[in-house]
Amino acid sequence: MPSLLSQNLPALQVVLPLIAAPLCLFLRPPKLAWLFALAVSGAAFAIAVALVGAVAANGAFNYEMGGWAAPWGIEYVIDPLDSFMLCLVTGIATLVLIYAGPSVEAEIPRGQIPVFYVLFLLCLTGLLGMVATGDVFNLFVFLEISSLSTYALVAMGRDPRALTAAYRYLILGSLGATFYVIGIGLLYMMTGTLNMEDLARRIPEVGETRTISVAIAFLAVGLALKLALFPLHKWLPGAYTHAPSVVTAFLAATATKVAIYVLVRIFFTVLGPIDAFQTLPAAMSETQVVSILAILAMLSGSAVAIFQYNLKRLFAYSSIAQVGYMILGISMASITGMTGGLVHMINHAMIKGAVFMALGAVILRIGACDIRRLDGLGYRMPVTMAAFVIAALSLIGVPGTSGFISKLYLVKGAMEAQNWVMVTAVLVSSLLAVIYIWRVLEVAYFRAAPADAPKVREAPLVMLAPLWILALANIYFGLETTYSVGLTEAAADFILNYVPGEGPTWEHPLFDDGHGYGADHGPGHGGGHVPEAEQGAHAPGVDL
Amino acid sequence: MIFGLDMTQTIGASLILPALAALLTLVLGRWPNVREGATLLVAFALGAMVFSLLGPVLVGARPGLTLWEVIPGVPLAFSVEPLGQIFAMIASLLWIVTTIYSVGYMRGNNEHAQTRFYACFAVAIVSAMGIAYAGNLLTLFLFYELMTISTVPLVTHKGTDEAKRSGRVYLGILMGTSIGLQLAAIIACWMLAGSLDFVPGGLLAGKIEGWPVLVLLALFVFGIGKAAVMPFHRWLPAAMVAPTPVSALLHAVAVVKAGVFTVVKVVVYVFGLDLLNGTAGTEWIAAFAGFTILAASFVALRQDNLKRRLAYSTISQLSYVVLAALILAPLSVMGAALHIMAHAFGKITLFFAAGSIYTAAHKTEISQLDGIGWKMPVTMGAFFIGSLSMIGVPPTAGFVSKWFMLSGAYDAQAWAAIAVIFASTVLNASYFLPIVHRAFATRPAPVDPEHDHGEAPTPIVVALSFTALGSLLLFFFPDSFLALAEQLVGGRP
Amino acid sequence: MLETVLGLYNYWIVIVLMMAGFYTVIARGNLAKKVIGLNIFQTSVFLMYITMGAVEGGTAPIVGAGTTLYSNPLPSVLILTAIVVGVATTALGLALAVRIRESFGTLEEDEVLALEHRMDGEA
Repeated sequence: MPSLLSQNLPALQVVLPLIAAPLCLFLRPPKLAWLFALAVSGAAFAIAVALVGAVAANGAFNYEMGGWAAPWGIEYVIDPLDSFMLCLVTGIATLVLIYAGPSVEAEIPRGQIPVFYVLFLLCLTGLLGMVATGDVFNLFVFLEISSLSTYALVAMGRDPRALTAAYRYLILGSLGATFYVIGIGLLYMMTGTLNMEDLARRIPEVGETRTISVAIAFLAVGLALKLALFPLHKWLPGAYTHAPSVVTAFLAATATKVAIYVLVRIFFTVLGPIDAFQTLPAAMSETQVVSILAILAMLSGSAVAIFQYNLKRLFAYSSIAQVGYMILGISMASITGMTGGLVHMINHAMIKGAVFMALGAVILRIGACDIRRLDGLGYRMPVTMAAFVIAALSLIGVPGTSGFISKLYLVKGAMEAQNWVMVTAVLVSSLLAVIYIWRVLEVAYFRAAPADAPKVREAPLVMLAPLWILALANIYFGLETTYSVGLTEAAADFILNYVPGEGPTWEHPLFDDGHGYGADHGPGHGGGHVPEAEQGAHAPGVDL
Repeated sequence: MIFGLDMTQTIGASLILPALAALLTLVLGRWPNVREGATLLVAFALGAMVFSLLGPVLVGARPGLTLWEVIPGVPLAFSVEPLGQIFAMIASLLWIVTTIYSVGYMRGNNEHAQTRFYACFAVAIVSAMGIAYAGNLLTLFLFYELMTISTVPLVTHKGTDEAKRSGRVYLGILMGTSIGLQLAAIIACWMLAGSLDFVPGGLLAGKIEGWPVLVLLALFVFGIGKAAVMPFHRWLPAAMVAPTPVSALLHAVAVVKAGVFTVVKVVVYVFGLDLLNGTAGTEWIAAFAGFTILAASFVALRQDNLKRRLAYSTISQLSYVVLAALILAPLSVMGAALHIMAHAFGKITLFFAAGSIYTAAHKTEISQLDGIGWKMPVTMGAFFIGSLSMIGVPPTAGFVSKWFMLSGAYDAQAWAAIAVIFASTVLNASYFLPIVHRAFATRPAPVDPEHDHGEAPTPIVVALSFTALGSLLLFFFPDSFLALAEQLVGGRP
Repeated sequence: MLETVLGLYNYWIVIVLMMAGFYTVIARGNLAKKVIGLNIFQTSVFLMYITMGAVEGGTAPIVGAGTTLYSNPLPSVLILTAIVVGVATTALGLALAVRIRESFGTLEEDEVLALEHRMDGEA
C-alpha cells in the first residue's frame, strides 16, 4: 500500500515517535531501548526524506488530520521550508541517537535509561509537530510536549545544579508558552480561526486594532523566551551546561532552531500580510528593536563566552550570540538577510551539534570539560579534537566552512540595507569568537599534558562517527551550497512574499447568522461577551 | 603537458601535490628519512608542474580550472595569470630549497614535533598555491585564511609562553584584519559587481566612484594584514619566535608575499588602474605605505636581535610593493611584481644565514657576531649578497625592481614616493652593512676551543648558497619575470 | 468609564489574576510558591479563553428545538487541552522542587543560589 503510506506521511512523521515513545518503557535493557529509539528516529528521518521528495515533486503538502477539512479541522502543511526543517531535526536526532549509546550509559543511572529515551522521543515528537502543523493552537500543544520533556531531560544531568537549571528553564519556558497562548487567544478573538493560512487571510481586516498589537507583543515575547533571544536568555546557559551531553547536543542543534522557525512562521506568514514584524513594537516603525536585541545578543554572548571556564557553558553563551545572528538576519526582512538568518539556522545546527558532541566525548573520557583540565587534549584525543577544530573554525566563520556562508549572506544583507552598525556587529562578534575559540585550542594543542595525566582512549566509534559526519557536513556546506542556500533562498522568497492561498469561502453550519468579521466587532463590545465575531469555525483542538 | 597532464590538470595537481605531501608526512611520521624524502620528491614534482605552466602563460595562455559554484555566481575557480605565475614560481622553487634547509636545521637543533612541523608547512604551501592561482576573490580568501590557520602552529611551535603570546598576536591581527576589514570589502564587491572574478581592467570599473572607492581600497589595503602595512604590522616580528625555516619561507616569502600579492592583484584586477587613477585621494592610502617603509626601517636600525631586524626590514620592503602598486603607473606596478620576486630571494637568503648562525654558533644577537665572517665564510658571503639585494645595489635582483619602481614613480610624477624610496635605501644600507662589517672586519671575541664552530651543516649551506646565487642570476637573466610583469600591465608601457 | 470598569468585569478578573500570578513567579523566592504563581498565571489565561467564547444568552451548542443562540464551544475545548498541559507543568515543577530540596536542603532561591555559586567555584 505505498500510496496509502505516502498520503499519510505528514501524520506518520509526528505520530511514529509519539507512539514509539512509551514503548521504550518496556525495554528495560539500556542497549535495547537505545537501539529501538535509534530505529524510530531513523524511520522518522526516512519519512522526512520522503517528504522532501514529495514536496519537491508536487509542491506544498496539505494533510487534513482525521479527515476534517481545514479550516475546521487541524491541517498539517508541509511546504519546502517545513520539509527541510523536518529533515534537519530528524537527521540531527538520528545522529545524536547513534552517539547517545555510550554517553547515556555513562551519564544516566541504569534504571532511568529507558525513561531517558521515552523523553527523547517525546521531545522529538514535539519538535516535529511544531514544524508540521498548520494550526497555531496545535503548535502550542507540541511546543509544550517538547518543552516538558526537555525540562525532564535537563534534570537528568548528574550534577544537582541540573535540577535548578531545569527548574528555571521550566518557569521561564512555561511563561513563554503561556504568553504565546495569550497571543493566539487574542488573534482568535479577532478572527475566529486558528488555521495559519486562514488567519493570514483574515488578519488584514483587523490588523489595525489594538488587540492585534497586543497579540503581536505577547507572541513576540513568548517566542523570544523560547528561542533565548537576549535579554530573555537566562535559562539557556544553565540548561546547556548541566544537561546530559546528549541532551545538550540535541537541544543546541534543534530546539532553539525550531523556536526560530516558529517565530518566522508566525510573524512572516501568519501575520505576514500585516507586516507584523515591522510594527514590533507598535511604537516603532522599523525593526530596530529586534535588530538591536540581536546585536546585543551577538556582542554580549560572545563577550561573556570569553570568560567561561566550563566549555559547555562557554559554548552555551556562544549559542546565545549565534541566535542573535539568526534573528539579525531575519530582522532585516530582506531576501538576502532572511536567507542569511535561515541558512545560519541550518549551519549552526551542524556546528553546535558537532561542538557539543565533541565535548560529550571529552566528558566521557576525561570526566569534565573544564578548560583548566584539558591541557594537551589535542594529543590525548586527536580524532575528537580534530573534529572539534573543524566545527570551531566554522563557528568563527572561516572560509571553506558553513559558518562562512552564513556570515557572507548576513553581511551582504546588512550592506544592502546600508546598515553599517549591523555589518560591524557581525564582524566584531566573529572576532570575539576567534578569542574564545583560540583560548580552547591553545590549551588543547600548545600546552603539554600534565606528566601524571592518565592515558585516555579515544571515544568509541559510535560517538566519533556522528561527530565526524557533522564536522564534514560543515565543510561540505561551506563549499557546496546548492542545498543549503538554494533551499533557504527559496524559503526566504516564499516567506517574504507570502500570499495566503484562496481558502474555501465557508459558512459555519451552526453559528452562521449572516454577520461578517470586522474591526468593529473587537472586544469591548457587548458587555463582556464577544459577539457574533466568535463564530468559531474550528474543530476541537487536539486532545492528547 | 608535463607527466601527460594538460594545463587544467596541472593547476589541479599543483594544489593536490603539497596536500599530498602533508598527508604523506603524517602517515610516514615515524620514519624521518622517508618522511623528508617524500616531501622533497613532492616539492620537486610541484616545481616541475608550476614551471611547465610558464611557457604557455608567456605566450598568452590563461588556463583555468573552475570547480563548482560555492555561492550563486561565485565558483571555486583557479586561473593562471602572470602575477600569480610569478608568485607560484617563487613559492614552489623556494619550497624545494627550504625543505633541504629544514632537514639540516630541524635535525641540527633537535626540534620536537617535526611531523606536525612538516605537515603544517606543506599545508601552508597548498594555500600559497591556492592564492597564486585563485581565479576569484572568494577562492583567494579561502586559501588566505587557510594559510593563516596552518601557520599558527608553526609560530607557536616551541610551546613556550612567549611562543603562545606571539601566536595570539599573530592570529589576532591576521584574523582580525581579514575578517574585520577584508571580508567586508569582499562582500561589498560581491554586492556591487554580482561576482568576484578577477577581470583585466578591473572588476569594479564603472560600478563605483568617488569616496566609496577610497573606503573600499582602505579596507583592502589594511584588511590584507599579511601585507603588514602599519598599524597592522606587529604580527610579523611576533612570528619570529618560529623556527628559522618558517621565518625564511613563510615570513619572508609565502605569507608576506601572499599579502602584497593580494594587494597588487586587487589593485590591478578588482579596481583597475584607470578607476583608481580617476579617484582623488588614493595617495593618502599610499602615504601609509610610505610611512611604513620609513618607520619600519628606523625601528630595524635599533634591533639587536638579528631575526627581529630582518622582520622589520621585511615590513619595510613589503610596503615598497604596496606603495609601488598604489603609484598606479604601469611601470611601478611592474616594479611591484618584480619586487615580490627580488625580495623573496634576498630575504630568504638573509634568514637562511640567520638560521645558519643559530645552528652553528647558537647566536641570535647582532652584537655577538664579531668576526663570524671568517668562521662561516659561505654564510656571511651569502648574507652580504642578500643585503646588497635589499639595498638595491647592482648586480642583484633588488636593483631591477627598484629601477622599475622609480621609473614608474617618475612617470607618475610621484616625487614624495621617490623621496621615500631614496631615503629608505640609505636606511637599508645603514642597518645591513654594519652587520657585514662586524662579521668580517672585527676581531672575534676569544672563545674556548670546546665551543668553537665552523660552517653550518651541509644542507643549510647548500640552500643559502643557492638562494644567494639566485639573487645574482635574477639580475642578469630577469627575462621571464620581466615578460610576466609586462603582461600584467598589458604590454610594455 | 463605568462601563469599561464594570461592564468588562470578566476581563478585569483575568488581568488581576494574570498580574498576581506573574508577580508571584517573578518576586517570590520560594520555589514552590513560584510554581503556584505560574499556575495562577495560566489559570487566568484559561479564563480569558472561556470568557471570550461565551455568548450572552447562548446555550451549549447542541442542536435542538427552540434554541438559536449558542456559545462557542471551541475555546472551552482548547482550554481542556491547556489544562492538561498546565497540570503536567505543575507536576513537573513540583517534582523538581522536591528533588531540589533533597539535593540542596532548601527551597529558598537565594540559598540555592549561594550553594550553586560555591559549587561553581569548586568546579
